[in-house]
Amino acid sequence: MKLSQTLQAMAVGASLLVGTMAPARAAEDTVKVGVLHSLSGTMAISETSLRDVLLFAFDEINAKGGVLGKKIEPVVVDGASNWPLFAEKAKQLLEVDKVSVVFGCWTSVSRKSVLPVFEKNNGLLFYPVQYEGEELSKNIFYTAEAVNQQAIPAVDYLLADGRKKFYLIGTDYVYPQTTNLVLLEYLLSKGVPIENIGGGLRKDEAGKVISAGKYTPFGHTDYQQIVAEIKQFAATGDACVINTINGDSNVPFFKEFAASGLTAADCPVVSMSLSEDELRSLPTKDLVGHLGCWAYFMSIDSKENAAFKKNFFDWLKTAKVQGIERTNRVTCSPMVLSYDGVYLWKAAVEKAGSFDVDKVREVLESGKITFDGPNGLNTVEENHHTKKNTYIGETKADGQFKIVEEFKQVYPEPFLKGTFVKE
Amino acid sequence: MKQEVSKKEVLIGAIVAVFLIAVIPGLNAFTPAGSSLHVSDFNINLWGQYLCLAIVAVSIDMLWGYTGLLSLGQMLFFSLGGYALGMHLMLMIGKLGQYKSDLPDFMVFLGYTKLPAHWEPFAHFGFAAFAVLWVPGVVAFIFGYLAFRSRIRGVYFSILTQALTYAACLLFFRNELTLGGNNGFTDFKTLLGFDLGTPGTQRGLYIASAVALVLVYALCRWLTLTKFGKVQRAIRDSENRVLFSGYAAANFKLFVFVLAGMIAGLAGALYVPQVGIINPSQMEPAKSLEAIVWVAVGGRASLIGPIIGAIGVNGLKSWASQAFPAYWPIFLGAMFVVVVLFMPRGVVGLPAQIQEAWRRHKRAKEATAEAAAAATQVPKDSQS
Repeated sequence: MKLSQTLQAMAVGASLLVGTMAPARAAEDTVKVGVLHSLSGTMAISETSLRDVLLFAFDEINAKGGVLGKKIEPVVVDGASNWPLFAEKAKQLLEVDKVSVVFGCWTSVSRKSVLPVFEKNNGLLFYPVQYEGEELSKNIFYTAEAVNQQAIPAVDYLLADGRKKFYLIGTDYVYPQTTNLVLLEYLLSKGVPIENIGGGLRKDEAGKVISAGKYTPFGHTDYQQIVAEIKQFAATGDACVINTINGDSNVPFFKEFAASGLTAADCPVVSMSLSEDELRSLPTKDLVGHLGCWAYFMSIDSKENAAFKKNFFDWLKTAKVQGIERTNRVTCSPMVLSYDGVYLWKAAVEKAGSFDVDKVREVLESGKITFDGPNGLNTVEENHHTKKNTYIGETKADGQFKIVEEFKQVYPEPFLKGTFVKE
Repeated sequence: MKQEVSKKEVLIGAIVAVFLIAVIPGLNAFTPAGSSLHVSDFNINLWGQYLCLAIVAVSIDMLWGYTGLLSLGQMLFFSLGGYALGMHLMLMIGKLGQYKSDLPDFMVFLGYTKLPAHWEPFAHFGFAAFAVLWVPGVVAFIFGYLAFRSRIRGVYFSILTQALTYAACLLFFRNELTLGGNNGFTDFKTLLGFDLGTPGTQRGLYIASAVALVLVYALCRWLTLTKFGKVQRAIRDSENRVLFSGYAAANFKLFVFVLAGMIAGLAGALYVPQVGIINPSQMEPAKSLEAIVWVAVGGRASLIGPIIGAIGVNGLKSWASQAFPAYWPIFLGAMFVVVVLFMPRGVVGLPAQIQEAWRRHKRAKEATAEAAAAATQVPKDSQS
């Protein structure tokens, strides 16, 4: 080995070390707030919208004087759909930038990867996307829909609609698996016989059901056989499908579904992971008439929602954000729940009179922090989740939803498994 | 005839080793937080991760740079090592998890009531630490044995390694494998009784990574100097001649492949407790390709190049994804293109490349001068 090579190695190493050590200093009249979303990689298509709405909320708040007299200074980092990088970026936000609060994460795995970081550094994270529950960290507030604020109301709606058979299908990861186990218990407790639950059951050696429903891997494209099975299952005319398929796989699924001759009237599909933002990039014609279930729809007819949409779209036109998409934008539940999170945090900080995480948490846990947002009233409950409305909507050809049912102020229950006793 | 290591190299190596193993953690532990020499806990942890990735890069260099085997699935072995230690870390959480159960949280989640039998031995650290080496080793052996026996070479070998890691990635996504599916393992609490959340433990892991890197480097450097190393390079340059000379090239390749797999496994095991998560996305082909990029950027067949490449690229990534969150992938991509197009020998090959270019430039100048001189005597020469 040559001397020059080694010296170079040392020089590169040393300069990098110094480069990463540069301290970040906050100005006196601002408060640093972290935004931790994937701006590149597979999740960027969903998560970039959340960054946009967060920056919009910060600008809106700053224009009205900020929080406790301090302007919000966002620190945006890119988790890059890379879960170890999420943990690194969370660490950086909390230890180097010393932000007061972080808004971020979409996938459960990214949340699970940053959770230990937030607990160790006593940080504060607001998480906005529907998830499987079964988690309660003292450092995370979940403005997202818990299973009983999304899947359970959807099933209630379908039961009331006269549906007797339920086919469960999803992508093979923890959110669909857990949701379907909860739904299985719930359906059985409602008197639906086990043979009316489609997709298959998997049992352990003791005969206990450990998995219900049909699962396909991420990025799966071949749904021919599964749809044939659904068609057979739905031959009685009183069946429906609970769909927890994630992302792009929905395209071949719905294509195959429509091609098989099944319609929303024969067998409605209620999808848990398709909001207006996802529908922008999906061919909606195969989805018309099928159902969605969220805490917010863009079509909600309220004064708050109209103002939110108008202000957000106006802001987009002039926003000084690199590479932001300015036209053809929509609003959706994860976006609005992100937005609500910012205002809930602001309300809590103002009530606590401090940015201190312990004080803010105490106020948030009091059950008295509310925000009347585009989706209606949100109340932070002592279990770190929010009480809010749930809506059922029918997909229209333009990628919007027609609201067909509203469940008012559903109390969040993150721990559902095993709570429904068979009647 | 064995090549000797110069005294200068040993001395410089020792200085770098002491700097990595003792000086940096020393600056972290013994200087006050405000001091300009202080290395923060955040940076110690980050550098610990970089060093682990550097170990993988060295293993790739052994394969690609020295043996000519472009493996596009090296992160598979890294992940296997990570999973092996991860299983131990999951069991060490004990009742500190969300469900206060002895079972790992994700099993409670999926309704398991009993620990699957293949998990039980991982409660012992010794078993897990051993598995970190043998699991990747066995997988590499089986795959390598089949591939090299069938004389699969070149691009076909590369494609197969990529397919292998992709297949493993899909397999690990399945919840039936009882390895946490998509979420993998996370929320680790302790390792050998040390709380993973404390700066002291993280410093310890950093030191372990630095020691591992130095030892792996020394081992690989030594190997490349022996007769084995010569055969290795001979295989890279002309495998057929090696075969005709009576060497069982397949066995040499198999040895390097298994060794590189085990080194990568070790790196994964050191990486996981520092980053706090292992999940199947680590096995996605793109991750292994990224590792190839580190080696290419640093300069292959130099051992030191991959280390610089891994640390440099990842350091740059950490910095750029913060400084330009919207544009950093383009920035990084442009750098790779520049390196591939204009720096075939990577960063460490740059001085030699510049020297050569300069010499060529000079020679070209002399040649034109000569040509000009010759042109004046054209009449004589043009006859012949």
